[in-house]
Amino acid sequence: MILVDKNTKVVTQGITGATGQFHTKACKDYGTQMVAGVTPGKGGTDFEGIPIFDTVGEARAKTGCNASVIYVPPPFAADAIMEAADAGVELVICITEGIPVLDMVKVKRFLAGKNTRLIGPNCPGVITPEQCKIGIMPGYIHKAGKVGVVSRSGTLTYEAVHQLTQLGIGQSTCVGIGGDPVNGTGFIDVLELYNADPNTEAVIMIGEIGGSAEEEAADYVKREMKKKPVAGFIAGQTAPKGKRMGHAGAIISGGKGTAADKIEAMKAAGIHVSPSPAELGSTLKAALGK
Amino acid sequence: MNIHEFQAKQIIAKYGVTTLRNAVATSPDEAAQAVQQLGGSGPWVVKAQIHAGGRGKAGGVKLVKSANEARDFAKSILGKPLVTHQTGPQGRVVHRVIVEEGCKIARELYLGLTLDRATSLVTVIASSEGGVEIEEVAEKTPEKILREPINPVVGLQAFQARKLGKALGIPAASLGKLAKFLSGLYEAYLATDAALVEINPLVLTEGGDLVALDAKMGFDDNALFRHADVRDMRDPNEEDPREQQAQEHDLSYIALEGTIGCMVNGAGLAMATMDIVKYAGAEPANFLDVGGGASAEKVAAAFRIILADPSVKAVFINIFGGIMRCDVLATGVVTAAKEMKLTVPVVVRMEGTNVKEGKQILADSGLNIITASDMMDGAKKVVAASKAA
Repeated sequence: MILVDKNTKVVTQGITGATGQFHTKACKDYGTQMVAGVTPGKGGTDFEGIPIFDTVGEARAKTGCNASVIYVPPPFAADAIMEAADAGVELVICITEGIPVLDMVKVKRFLAGKNTRLIGPNCPGVITPEQCKIGIMPGYIHKAGKVGVVSRSGTLTYEAVHQLTQLGIGQSTCVGIGGDPVNGTGFIDVLELYNADPNTEAVIMIGEIGGSAEEEAADYVKREMKKKPVAGFIAGQTAPKGKRMGHAGAIISGGKGTAADKIEAMKAAGIHVSPSPAELGSTLKAALGK
Repeated sequence: MNIHEFQAKQIIAKYGVTTLRNAVATSPDEAAQAVQQLGGSGPWVVKAQIHAGGRGKAGGVKLVKSANEARDFAKSILGKPLVTHQTGPQGRVVHRVIVEEGCKIARELYLGLTLDRATSLVTVIASSEGGVEIEEVAEKTPEKILREPINPVVGLQAFQARKLGKALGIPAASLGKLAKFLSGLYEAYLATDAALVEINPLVLTEGGDLVALDAKMGFDDNALFRHADVRDMRDPNEEDPREQQAQEHDLSYIALEGTIGCMVNGAGLAMATMDIVKYAGAEPANFLDVGGGASAEKVAAAFRIILADPSVKAVFINIFGGIMRCDVLATGVVTAAKEMKLTVPVVVRMEGTNVKEGKQILADSGLNIITASDMMDGAKKVVAASKAA
């Protein structure tokens, strides 16, 4: 497993909003150690027995939380990420969708040199099945095992996980890196973690049109991941040029970032590319030789 | 969101970027008046205002020598579609032209500002090859594309402008002007949360001035909440009416050319659903992401937009409920279907939160809804149903 396990202690930033409450409860019910919440002005109260603080710094000092999950609305989310990093929280997972790109450009610069890893924004979160779920993914579709799943898309990750579980294949840790053009952690960062993780035997990597992160990740797989099979898929094969497909990052611009280019790069790297999104699980299974 | 050339020029001019004097005209007479208003001895340039590049080649730009000529040219293009390589075959109707004073061109260059995703930095893109498509330059002569990343802490520095200027062959006497031009562009980019600023061509005049002969700006939709002035520049004529309607309901919708209407939650799954429809032998009619926590009303609105498209022969609803609950989805679909007198077949594939309740609502509705066990099954069924219809 990577990033999170049964010892991870989580603070929810934006715990008093509807989304923050709903998912904090769902994660707690899953078994995650939800130890604190932060909402400025609500310090001293609690949610379902979880103490609420005014600042992340206080939450960290009082509870020893080492991971944060952010549901703060887009205009304030960049501030929330930087606050968590300033408090020294090691892992910050930002679920918020719709953060202005220039805010993230600043955040990225702020995080440089700090001991904080940011996952997201605009992502479903991270789950190590049967140990720790941080984010909005439906917990019950997961099963503990040895396949890592990394993706830019939330629901498409669920699709892959569901297919794996149906085939009896469990997951080590599933990571949604988010669909925005500027994110904290990229494919290669996660692939490096999987590569070093003795408990991860194979990986499903799900990309989408736009940018060149998938091509660079494919290059990494070719160079460094000779021992762990990787299956992949690229969403947006039928997307027209110049149209933003929901995610701020999913756009084919200037003829770059097409699905065809990405699939070609993945195949050249020895990645087993699933012909359709319905065959993610079976493609991985075949790659494992099972 | 994109805006017109004349609007982009208004914005950058506020930040000290040199543009030429121009006037907007919505009728042939106004175009003639604009020439008189601008004065001088000419020639002047009349340019169609649509949200698409390639206007010159398509006949949407003309050099005119008199007010009458401006009137005649405006008359020939106003109210008619202009077809460029970026508009699609139907073209875009020209509702406005601008009339602009001319200038003595010594050289045409290219300048752009956009986010480089690989470095997460706003980056200047420059080329000595102006006035042509930058994509073409990038493909054929990539060495002619210069990049200069901007450190967000200190902003664009004068030395960066000098470095670019030397590489572009701009005379030393004009380097200071380039620094001012570039820093104005960067300020405009930051101040408006732009996603793209493109000056193509950037003109070096015979007198050594730098002028934005054309200007294009696009904005980060996620930041529009803090830019009411930019939002007001939206031109509904340039947007698909269905996409506008979707926007009112906060739905992410893109109209496409096919026959299979798609309703999905999550952008990645929505794209993957389009892909699997094609894999199964048909073309998607749209991209539609209803989002995470959609209400029954929002689902109903989405379903109405899909059904209003006359080219839709069948609908594929593919939902993997995480935050989205299947029972909420089913309620929305049933409401809209009853209201709209459903005439096309609908295939539903649901998985995830409250899936049993959702399936029950669909079964009890009395509607002719085909259920699918998984994505591939759904895609095959919807394609078959569309061909039978």
